[in-house]
Amino acid sequence: MTQIPGLAEEHTSTPLSSSQSITLRIAKYNPVHDTEKKFMEFNIPYEKWTTVLEAILEVKKHFDHSVAVRFSCRQASCGSCGMLINGKPRLACFTKISELNSNIITVEPMNNFPIIRDLAVKFERLFDTHHKVKPYIIRDDTEITTNTKEFLQSPEEVEQYIQFSNCIKCGLCNSACPTMATDSSFVGPQALAQAYRYVADSRDKGKDVRLKIIDESHGIWRCHFAGSCSQVCPKGVDPAMGIQLLRGYMLGFRS
Amino acid sequence: MRESIIMKIHYGTALASIGLVAVHILMRLTQDYAESLEYANVIRNYYFLPYAGMLEIILILLSIHGFIGLRVILLELKQGRIYEKVISYSCFIAMIGLITYGTRTIIMVNMG
Repeated sequence: MTQIPGLAEEHTSTPLSSSQSITLRIAKYNPVHDTEKKFMEFNIPYEKWTTVLEAILEVKKHFDHSVAVRFSCRQASCGSCGMLINGKPRLACFTKISELNSNIITVEPMNNFPIIRDLAVKFERLFDTHHKVKPYIIRDDTEITTNTKEFLQSPEEVEQYIQFSNCIKCGLCNSACPTMATDSSFVGPQALAQAYRYVADSRDKGKDVRLKIIDESHGIWRCHFAGSCSQVCPKGVDPAMGIQLLRGYMLGFRS
Repeated sequence: MRESIIMKIHYGTALASIGLVAVHILMRLTQDYAESLEYANVIRNYYFLPYAGMLEIILILLSIHGFIGLRVILLELKQGRIYEKVISYSCFIAMIGLITYGTRTIIMVNMG
């Protein structure tokens, strides 16, 4: 454990001032020259609305500029700031310190992803598997032609897939998945949930293509239905259910 | 073979096994449990052709189910095209070997 005192005085920002404070432990690791992860501890004041991301940015501003963290929207829309917070995959911008009920908060990079540095991980494989399941409407015709300008759906048809379209590709589900921890070739809950999102869409005609893509030795059948993907999703998507519904198509229970 | 077909076989053999193994266990209750496991009574099961046939079906079902399960576990442990082929073919050969050896045992005992 290394205690870092203030590295620099920054007068352009206003530090958080509060009577309450927590110890923020940040995992530091650079795969280029480090052999193992080290934790640095910082004492950070917080208000009841302070998020973990704000606490990390406070560290970057006032204590250690070198902490690597990816973030963007700060409102759980971009899916950039996924990390392990006290051992559970969460979005840092969507997790308030006060709701963690702990005086010590440990932040680490997400599991099952290669680490770039500190809290930043590589998303290439997530995007590759996402792209692999053809996450778009497949049709032979086009909406540009006359009389087919709109593909109307009933509310019931929309209900079949709408929650799965909330996915922000933050990777928390893949990070929580126990199969992904051992099977590096597994498609993963994110991609499978997206496969279901388009298979269940009444406008889509690419069901057979997608089912064939995920019907391989490291595809849908490697899911053990642990359900941890659904527990950690910040947008309320239920990938575990999507995977079971997809299996229903493959076993002939759904058409 | 497509993975979905392999998994359908996996699930199907599991369901069928549950029924037949239940019959096999319930047969222990037709007499005293300890007595049913005595050498002479066990051998008598093999002489009774319908029961020997059921044992053969259980052997086939559980061998198929078990080796598919083993293949799945091994595929999740390690990845690689050659490794996967080796595991798939090894499990298939081991399954055939076990069924052959078990069938030989059932037939030999049945024929005295």
